[in-house]
Amino acid sequence: MAYKKPVQKFTGKIREVTLGENLKLGGESVLPFYSFDGDTGHKPALGMEIWDVYPESWPATIVNELGDKARKPAEWAKYVEEKYSPDFICLRLVGANQDAGDKSPEECALVAKEVAEAVNLPLVIAGCDSNEKNGKIFTKVAEALPEKNIAFLSAVEGNYKEVGAAVGLAYGNIVVAESSVDLNLAKQLNILLMQLGVKPEKMLMNPGCSAVGYGFEYVVTTLDRIRLAALDQNDTTLQMPIIMPVSFETWKVKESVATEDDVPEWGNQEERGIAVEISTAVGVLVAGANAVILRHPRSLQVLREFINCLI
Amino acid sequence: MALTGMDIYKLLPKKNCKECGFPTCLAFAMKLAQGAVEAGKCPYMSDDAKARLSEATAPPMRTVKFGAGDKCYNLGGETVLFRHEKTFVNRPRFAVLFSDAMSEEEIQGKIARMNKVNYVRINEEMYVEIAALKCESGNKDTFLSLIKKVKDGCKKAVPMIITSDPEIARAAVEECKESGPILFGADEQNCEAMVELAKQHGLLLGVTAPDQEKLYNLVQKIQNLGYRELLLSTESGTLKQTFDDVVNIRRTALLSQDRTLGYPTLVFVNLLSKDKMMQLAMATLFVEKYASVIVLDDIDYSLALPLFALRQNIYTDPQRPMKVEQGLYKIGSADENSPLLVTVDFALTYFIVSGEVERSKIPSWMLIPDAGGYSVLTAWASGKLSGKSIAKAVKDFAVEEKLKTREIVIPGKVAVLKADIEDELPGWKVVVGPDEAALLPKFLRDYADKKVS
Ligand code: B12
Ligand code: SF4
Repeated sequence: MAYKKPVQKFTGKIREVTLGENLKLGGESVLPFYSFDGDTGHKPALGMEIWDVYPESWPATIVNELGDKARKPAEWAKYVEEKYSPDFICLRLVGANQDAGDKSPEECALVAKEVAEAVNLPLVIAGCDSNEKNGKIFTKVAEALPEKNIAFLSAVEGNYKEVGAAVGLAYGNIVVAESSVDLNLAKQLNILLMQLGVKPEKMLMNPGCSAVGYGFEYVVTTLDRIRLAALDQNDTTLQMPIIMPVSFETWKVKESVATEDDVPEWGNQEERGIAVEISTAVGVLVAGANAVILRHPRSLQVLREFINCLI
Repeated sequence: MALTGMDIYKLLPKKNCKECGFPTCLAFAMKLAQGAVEAGKCPYMSDDAKARLSEATAPPMRTVKFGAGDKCYNLGGETVLFRHEKTFVNRPRFAVLFSDAMSEEEIQGKIARMNKVNYVRINEEMYVEIAALKCESGNKDTFLSLIKKVKDGCKKAVPMIITSDPEIARAAVEECKESGPILFGADEQNCEAMVELAKQHGLLLGVTAPDQEKLYNLVQKIQNLGYRELLLSTESGTLKQTFDDVVNIRRTALLSQDRTLGYPTLVFVNLLSKDKMMQLAMATLFVEKYASVIVLDDIDYSLALPLFALRQNIYTDPQRPMKVEQGLYKIGSADENSPLLVTVDFALTYFIVSGEVERSKIPSWMLIPDAGGYSVLTAWASGKLSGKSIAKAVKDFAVEEKLKTREIVIPGKVAVLKADIEDELPGWKVVVGPDEAALLPKFLRDYADKKVS
C-alpha cells in the first residue's frame, strides 16, 4: 500500500477582527498551526503587559531595567514599543483595585489616554478585580478613546450589558467576552452580546485561562471544543478569535512566586517564572488562542521565534 | 476495517457455553465489537477466527513497552485525537541526551541534574524516564563506556541506545539489556540487522526515515520482517515539518485507520533548537500534540516543573475527576489544639495545600467538606463550598469532639464566606488565610506563634 497523507477540511472559519489600526486576528479555517491542512489565517499575536501602578511584584530584571519608567505608564508603554515591539500592549488597571489605590474610572481613563497617545501599537485594556467596577472603568476609558479598536478585558456574565453597550455600541471598540472554562457558557455570552447589538467583528473571547498544572486540562479541552465547534460544525457564535491573559495567571503560581530561599533545589526564580509563562502560552496557542498577553521580554522573544518556526 | 457484532458472531463457535462470562455467543460478539472485552476470553475459537478477529479489533495504534521491572512504561495505545473524546492513555516520556563525544564533565553534570529533578506532584513521582545515549564517536568502546557511566549514574532512567551501526548496537544492548532499553534507529540501510537484534531481546525499536512517505514504506518492510514493537520518528530538521509529521502519523492511524503508522512517535526536540526555552516551547507543543518520547538536551527544575505538570494535566482522564475523600486529615503530629484549615476535595487543591502545610512543619488539621470535587473558586461559584457545607463537615467528622480549637482557617479566595460560616457554626471564629497556598508556611508560623503568646 502507498502512503496517503490525511487531510481534515472544515467548513467553518474564524472571523477576522482588527485590533488598533491593522493588527488582524483570526481568519483560519484549520486547527492551530495545521498549515498542512489549509489556511492558518493571521499569525498569533503577542502582547506585553504593563501596569498603571509600580509593579512591585514583578521579576527584578524587568523592574530594574524599567527604572523610573515603571512609575509612568506612558513612558513604560513607549519603551516597550521601541525596545521589544510586541504586536500589542496590554494596559492593566491594577491601580483600580481597592487595595492598590482604588483609582476612579476617570483617573483610569486619563492613564489610558496618555498611554494611547504615547504609542502606535494597538492597545488592550484590562480592568481590576471587580467586575462591577470594570463596567464603570471601561465605560470611561472607551469614551475617552472612541473608535480605536481597543480591546477591553473583559465583559462577563455580570456586567456584559454595561460593557457591551459602552465599549461595543456607543464607542465602537472591541469587547472581550470572558467565560469560565465551558463551551456553553462561552457560546451563551457571545449570543447575549450579539443580541445586545455588538457586532461579531468587534468581539473577541477569553474562555477562561489558568497556568499549566492548575486545572489547565480544562482550559485546553475547552479551547479544543470551541475550535472544533467553530470549524467543524460551523458554529458562527463561536467563531470569534480568542485572546488569553496568560501572564495574569502564570506569575502568581508557586512555581513563579517561590523564592530561592523557599525552595533552594528549584533554582533561579525568574527562570522558573519565564518557563511557566512560555509553556502556558504555547499550551493555549496550540489549542486555539489567537493572541496571548505576556509579561517577560524573554518569553516574548521565545514565543515569537516559536511561532515563526511553526507558521 | 472494523467488524460488526454480527460479523464477529459468525466467527464464534456458537456453543453458548457461557465460559466467556456472557450468556450467549451473540452477547459476547456484541461486546467484542465495542472493544469492551478481549477475544481471548472464548477458549473455543479457531486459530483462524482468532487471527482475523485480533486483526480487525486491534486498536488503531499499538501499545508498546520499554524498560524493565518497576521501570516499565507503555507508549502509544491512543484512540482519540482530542482528550474530550475519551481520554489520552499513555503519557509521553522525557529523555535527556548524552553523547559519547561529550566531555567527562558534561556527562557528569547531566547525570547530576537528572538525579536532582525528582519530586512528587499529586501522588505522581516525577523524573526523567529515559537517558538517550548517542554514539557519535563511531567507536564501540567509547560508546560502551558512556553507557556504563550513565547506567551507574542514573539508576532511574531506562537507556535508549542511539546508533545506526548494528555491530555497535549489539554490543550496547549486551551492556544494558537487563534494563529493557529502547534501540534507536532502524533505517532503510540497516533494518534487517536492527530488527533481528530487537527481536532477539524483545526491545522497542526506534525507526527513522527522512519523511512520512519513506517512513511508511520502511515500517511496511519491518512489519514484513515480522516485527511490530516500534517507535517512529522522522528526520525533518524543522519544527514545522516535524509537527506535520507527528500530527499526520497519528491521524493516519486514527482517522485513516491505517495501522502502518499506528505506533507512537519520538521527537528529538534537542535537534530543533539549542536554546533551552525554545526546547521547552517545543516540548509543550509535542506533549499536547502527540509525541510519546520527547528528547531534550538537559533538564532542570525550570523545565521540569511546567512540563511534568502539563503532562499530568493533559493525561488526566476527563471522565474521572480527581477527588480526595472528605474527612478530617491530620498532618504531622497535630493535637487537639493545633490549627485547623479547610480546603476542598479536588485532588489538585488538596495535594498542593497539604504539601504546603507539611512544608510549614506546623502540625495541623485539614477539614475536607463535600465541595463537589472542585477547586476553591469553582466550588464556591457553583455553591458547593459554603457555610452550610463546611458546617456539615464539622458535624459529620465530629470536629468539635476531636479538637479543642474553635478557629478555622479558610482559603483567602473565599474570604466572603467568613460571616456565612460563622452564622452556621455558633461559637466558632473564622480566620481568613492567604490567597495562595505557597504563602501558607509563613502564615501558619505566624498564626501558631500568635496562638501560643
Ligand atoms: C479548571 C476550572 C474549572 C473546572 C473544574 C475543575 C475542578 N475540579 O475544580 C470546570 C470546567 C468543571 C469549571 C467549572 C466551573 N467554573 Co471554573 N475554573 C477552573 C479554572 C480554570 C482553574 C481552577 C483550578 O483548578 N485551580 C487550581 C487550584 C489548585 O486552585 P484552588 O483550588 O483555588 O487552590 C489554590 C488556592 O485557593 C489556595 N488554597 C486552597 N485551599 C486552601 C486552603 C487554605 C486554608 C488556604 C489558606 C489556601 C488555600 O491554594 C491553592 C494554590 O494556591 C479557574 C480559573 C483559574 N485560573 O483559576 C476557573 C474558575 C474558578 N471557575 C469559575 C466558575 C464561575 C465556574 C463555574 C461556576 C461556571 C458556571 N457558571 O458553570 C463552573 C462550576 C461548576 C459547575 N458547573 O457546577 C470562576 C470563578 C469566578 C469567581 N471568582 O467566583 C473561575 C475563577 C474562572 C473565571 N475567571 O471566571 N471550572
Ligand atoms: S465461550 Fe465462546 S463458545 Fe462459549 S459462549 Fe462464549 S463465545 Fe460462545
